[in-house]
Amino acid sequence: MLSIRVDRDVCVGAGNCVRTLPTVFDQDDEQGLVVLTDPTPPEAQKDLLQEAVDLCPSGAISVE
Amino acid sequence: MSTTTDLPRYPFAEPPGQPFGLLSDLDRHRFDGPATKVRLPNGSDAWLITRHADVRAMLRSPAFSADASRPAFPLLRPEPPQRDIDRKGMFIRMDGVDHSRIRRMLTSEFMIKNIRRIEPLIQEAVDNALNDLRDAGPPADLVHHFALPVPSMVICHLLGVPYADHARFQQLSRMLIGLNNPAEEIRTASDELRAYIRSLIDKVRETDPGARGEDLISRLVTERLDTGELDEQEMINIGILLLIAGHETTANMIGLSALLLIQRPEYYAALHENPDLAPGLVEELLRFASIVRSGLPRLAIEDVTIGDVTIRAGEGAIAVLSMANRDAAVFGDGEEFDPYRQAQQHIAFGFGVHQCIGQPLARAELRVALVELARRFPALRLAVAPEELVFRDRAVVFGLTALPVAW
Ligand code: HEM
Ligand code: SF4
Repeated sequence: MLSIRVDRDVCVGAGNCVRTLPTVFDQDDEQGLVVLTDPTPPEAQKDLLQEAVDLCPSGAISVE
Repeated sequence: MSTTTDLPRYPFAEPPGQPFGLLSDLDRHRFDGPATKVRLPNGSDAWLITRHADVRAMLRSPAFSADASRPAFPLLRPEPPQRDIDRKGMFIRMDGVDHSRIRRMLTSEFMIKNIRRIEPLIQEAVDNALNDLRDAGPPADLVHHFALPVPSMVICHLLGVPYADHARFQQLSRMLIGLNNPAEEIRTASDELRAYIRSLIDKVRETDPGARGEDLISRLVTERLDTGELDEQEMINIGILLLIAGHETTANMIGLSALLLIQRPEYYAALHENPDLAPGLVEELLRFASIVRSGLPRLAIEDVTIGDVTIRAGEGAIAVLSMANRDAAVFGDGEEFDPYRQAQQHIAFGFGVHQCIGQPLARAELRVALVELARRFPALRLAVAPEELVFRDRAVVFGLTALPVAW
């Protein structure tokens, strides 16, 4: 199991995370900022998660 | 070592006859590493940052400001001095909380799930434009009948700008983004565009709040302007920014993509056979065309190290997206166009807090446009010799003036 954190104060709502892993990330309707729909995704999504971290333009996502 | 008087001049001239080549051999020769100093049109110097990792680091670093009104900002062309009315609301040139305050009012508008909702509208704009292209030729100009109308119609619809006015605002926005336009004309065009958007806002204000449209300008007037969250100048410039950014870029991308696919018929045929190739193809097209060619200028506001160089507070730097998007460290043979490669690391939409807010919209428009083009015009070809193609001269956004095609 992986553990993800997102920082909504840093997020700029570019949506790259949602495009990369729509089962884990979403954006809220008000401000378009990141929300986690699955904060502990399975190990099998490790690579995609790393890609989401890499593609996030603002550095708002971290994985533990 | 070069002396300060003979620094390479930037922006570079496009290498003639190679629309997808970034540097002439001469300019390539003058490069002395991943970070080179260049001379800008106003006589000042700036660092060119060209490696993918360095560009990402630079665009994410709070040590750089995007505020072009700061003295010593590395402007890519001479610009009229910025007045308050030019700057307010132009969040593409703001930093920190000033920037995020406005960006957050708009982000949800362009989220993937909201763009999905307007896909039928994109499809309709594409269908209509392709009917128009079909009726106009062959031969016919694909830019005029297809590449430009599609994003214009869509952004007009989203914003609540009458599409019937497109000739007027397109001409004005060209003036605002050309690199060679005289400062006075830029100012006149921006005043005219401002008056135009103001008239749209006034029209909304004259309408009873219950009877206003669902478009973005109407909603911003009701939710942000009437409530005092935005003032009128901010609202006007937000409208201008979205209108220009929303159609110039995507239009140029559609035109260049069509050219690229005409010149690589095997990929065009593959798209015709299998529309599911489109998303990957679109990413590679974005990477390879990198239409924001000259890159993104920033001013260092504190000393900062990017890759191998220390950039001092007060020095300018330019993040050259187009060259970073060919970086062999990330893309292998980046000079090769390959729609089957993993191109998603490209930074054609920029990086950091200003990364394109409209990218889900741009991606959807490109995908639908190219899939339908390939489906309905499988035998698309150039109607002129490649040497006769005319490219937009030195604009912030690279593209074709016209693309005469037959089928
Ligand atoms: C293929 C099409 C497009 C490309 C290549 C593109 C490219 C870019 C780039 C490179 C930036 C970063 C500018 C900077 O950091 O200084 C940007 C920002 C922006 N783009 Fe796009 N863009 C495209 C389409 C669109 C569309 C369709 C919209 C629609 C509204 C749009 C609206 C914006 C806005 C408002 C910003 C400023 C964001 C900010 O400063 O926070 N763009 N775009
Ligand atoms: S990619 Fe980063 S900035 Fe964009 S929505 Fe996701 S967390 Fe926010």
